[in-house]
Amino acid sequence: MDKTYYNPEDLKKFGDIGEFQKELGDKFFDYYGTVFADSALSAKEKAIIALAVSHAVQCPYCIDAYTQESLEKGFSEEQMMEAVHVAAAIRGGASLVHGVQMMNKINKLSM
Amino acid sequence: MKSLIAQSHSLSDPKIQLDVINNHNEKIRSLEKFGDKMDNIGLFPLKPTGVEIFQMNVGYMCNMTCKHCHVDAGPDRKEIMTKETFEQCLVALNHPSIHTIDLTGGAPEMNPHFRWFIDEVSKLGKHIIVRSNLTILDTKKFEDLPQFMADRGVEITCSLPFYSKRRTDAQRGDGTYDKSMKILKVLNEIGYGKEESGLLLNLVYNPVGAFLPPDQESLKQDYKDRLWEDHGIVFNDLYTITNLPISRYLNFLVMSDNLEEYMEKLVTSFNPSAAIGVMCRNTISIGWDGALYDCDFNQMLNLRTNHGALDHINDWNIKQLNNREIILNQHCYGCTAGAGSSCGGATV
Repeated sequence: MDKTYYNPEDLKKFGDIGEFQKELGDKFFDYYGTVFADSALSAKEKAIIALAVSHAVQCPYCIDAYTQESLEKGFSEEQMMEAVHVAAAIRGGASLVHGVQMMNKINKLSM
Repeated sequence: MKSLIAQSHSLSDPKIQLDVINNHNEKIRSLEKFGDKMDNIGLFPLKPTGVEIFQMNVGYMCNMTCKHCHVDAGPDRKEIMTKETFEQCLVALNHPSIHTIDLTGGAPEMNPHFRWFIDEVSKLGKHIIVRSNLTILDTKKFEDLPQFMADRGVEITCSLPFYSKRRTDAQRGDGTYDKSMKILKVLNEIGYGKEESGLLLNLVYNPVGAFLPPDQESLKQDYKDRLWEDHGIVFNDLYTITNLPISRYLNFLVMSDNLEEYMEKLVTSFNPSAAIGVMCRNTISIGWDGALYDCDFNQMLNLRTNHGALDHINDWNIKQLNNREIILNQHCYGCTAGAGSSCGGATV
């Protein structure tokens, strides 16, 4: 076993997950490929969404892959950072909106 | 910044560059050889389709020292084409199959015979492309060149690695973006880039880092929108060009520990359709000293036309050149990755 949980080299091995369960692996990668193809949203738009989601789920493999992909789709540094801010705003907002629950509870408990 | 050669840097030696892209480490050594890849799709040996574009590198001198430059050009480079070699080229290029004369460098404008040569080629009715870095046109000595080129219908293909100042200056040096915008406006004022003028102004995108270019059409629209909205600038076409692992760009890849991943990316992105349309099949590259190469990249790696083909303008014979075998090596993967890459942009 590696002494760290994350190894950049492991990203290249993602396709190998089918070794232990081929059918599900194949289905996942077929699905994955279809999701990122040009469709109602362009492949370019999907790349910047994936970059934002990568930050929301804090996946270092995904950040590595979709930073490169976003550069190769022609996004600027400013656009990419704005996408990360969208993720941050949603994550921050998700915490903060629960403040309403806290307020509800306070109001229920208080005289 | 000095050129690699002025620094006596090991990567200024073409043999060492070839060794690095073939043998830098075990992984790079294990990558499939480009010739074998071409053989798999029936394109080995790679043969020309016929010389149509006569690309002359008229000297390695440049007013800039860009970080990605495969020529290792700069103010300290003294190699420059003589009038005698230009005259030999004039004889050679006067052939009906050759329709375009493509002048590159360095900064081709800095060659003292530049204006005379353009006049001579114009008389022959050939199409002329000048590859300009734009900033050279922002100097007193060359400020009249835009009008000179416009009067002769010269196409200008110029470097602008991104529509943002940050990325452009990171590759080409502080202040480059602002100077480039200034000169693009000058070119627009005399008609360049305007549909009705017939004066072609094309921009070249190079990735500013270890990644491949975006889709050319999509990026062209982004450039059109940004340059028009931010600066009121128009242009005709955008060419996306992949950086090949040569000279200063190779040095960047090694120093930033990106070489292995970049080479792997080029190999895994091999596109047979792009391989069919590589520019070396319809182009011949002439060095400042009259030596012949299959392309400007081979020129920088000192890979002269070979396999029995003549290799100097002194011995020019277009029939023999049309039957040559093109010299291939691992850097050629740069022209066949993804949508392909050539001096005229994507090939697929």
